[in-house]
This record gives sequence, C-alpha cells and structure tokens, in this order.
Amino acid sequence: MAENSLAVAQRTDTTNVETTRNGKYFTPRVDIFETDTELLLLADLPGVAPGDIDLRYENGELVVQGKVQPHERKGHLILGEYEEGDFYRVFQIHESIDSARIEAECKNGVLTVHLPKAEAAKPKQVTVKAK
Amino acid sequence: MFWTRFNPFSNRVWNDLQQLQGEMFRWFDRPHWGVAAFPAVNVWEDGDTLHVEAELPGLQLDNLEIFVTGNNQLTIKGERKQQTPEKAFEHRLERHYGSFVRTLTLPFPVDDRNVDARLENGVLRIELPKHEAARPRRIPVKA
Repeated sequence: MAENSLAVAQRTDTTNVETTRNGKYFTPRVDIFETDTELLLLADLPGVAPGDIDLRYENGELVVQGKVQPHERKGHLILGEYEEGDFYRVFQIHESIDSARIEAECKNGVLTVHLPKAEAAKPKQVTVKAK
Repeated sequence: MFWTRFNPFSNRVWNDLQQLQGEMFRWFDRPHWGVAAFPAVNVWEDGDTLHVEAELPGLQLDNLEIFVTGNNQLTIKGERKQQTPEKAFEHRLERHYGSFVRTLTLPFPVDDRNVDARLENGVLRIELPKHEAARPRRIPVKA
C-alpha cells in the first residue's frame, strides 16, 4: 500500500511544472538503466535541438537542462492539449562515475547519456579456490 | 426560493462566477480526464491553413503514419520501440513505449494532396491547407 502511494507520488512529480523568471520548466520523463559497466539515462526532450542542451556533472549530480526554441505561430489556437517549455531535472548519482568518459547524444528529441562506472565501482568476480 | 427573491449578486460578477463554475465542471467532465489521449496535440487555425503539432520524442518518420480520410479526418499512427539494454537493472521507467493511434476531426475539409508533415527534434508539425471547395468565395455585388 505504502509502495503504491509512493509510486504515484513519483509519477505526478514527472509532470511537474515550475514557473521561473525565464518562463516554464518541465520535468522531462526519463528511463535509467544500470548495467555492469555503466548507467544509461534516456530523457524525452521534445522540441530541443542538440545544441540547446546543457548537461553538467559535478559533485555526484547530473543536471539536464534543455531549451525549446520559440516557434512562431500565426492564427488562433483551436485545440490546446499541451504546453511548451524548457526542461530541467537534477539527478543524484551514488555510483562512482568516471566523469571524463561521460558521453551524450541527442536524436529525435531523446537525450541519451552514458555514464561509465569508475573501475573501482565495477563488480569483480572473485574466484574461490578449492583446497 | 430565497435566491429568486433576494440575489445580492444579480449582476455581471455573479454571471462571471457562474461561467467560471461551468468551465471548471466541464474541465472535470472531459472524457479523457486522467487517461489522456496520446499523443497530445495542439491545433492552430491560420486563415486557410490548419497547423497540427504533437510531441513524439524518439520517433522516426518510418515509425509514423499520417493519413487524411474523408477530407476531414486526420489520423496519426505510430509505434515507439523500447530501447532497453540487455541485462540491465531498471532504476526508472517513466517514458512510454508501444503503438498508438489517434484520429482528429478537423473543422473543415482539407486538401489531402498538399499536406505537409515534418518531424524535427521529436516534434511533429503537420500543415493542412483548406480544401478549395471549402474556401470562402467572394461574390461581387453589382451596383
């Protein structure tokens, strides 16, 4: 029960809208996967060109920021189901990450970030010898 | 009964408040409340052109089908495939995957041969010109 309500609370968090001086910020939806060698983050940033993404990693925090270029629209709105705005989200990363080898690419409005684990954090197989 | 005899708000403010209440009830009565249709669309009308926009991050043009039927039904159909790496632990899964289809009834017939659709940075933009037969024709008035 408690777990259920926690999951719902997280879901509403993802569609959070925050108003700042510079306009509206949306929390992008993300998938985060962990493999033996890396953390993989996929974020939906529709309308953000690859050059308008500001991605930073410092002190165990990954900051994703994306700007949507304003698009001129003429005429009047007859059906409005979503709002447009910039994206912003911060992630705390507990795994030790090799920050020099972080790689990111953005394609079709999806940002992919590869965060390779530092050598020390990778799982090591220990062979057990028979006596 | 009391209302009909004594109404301190029988003025514009009261009408405005009632209108606001109506708007709010309509908002909660929307058929898609809670289960929003996907993708969400914005539609603009600019003279003789309709502009339809939808956010479809991660889709490529070959995963997407757009067609106009009966001159005024626009259908957007597509599929987003999951990109899960093998043998991975899933920390968060917030993005949606799978196939979708959505049909919109347009406010006027459109010229289905001149529809222009673009997909840029995960945003779909469709331009649909009004059908020749639906355009207003100016009728000269003779003196």
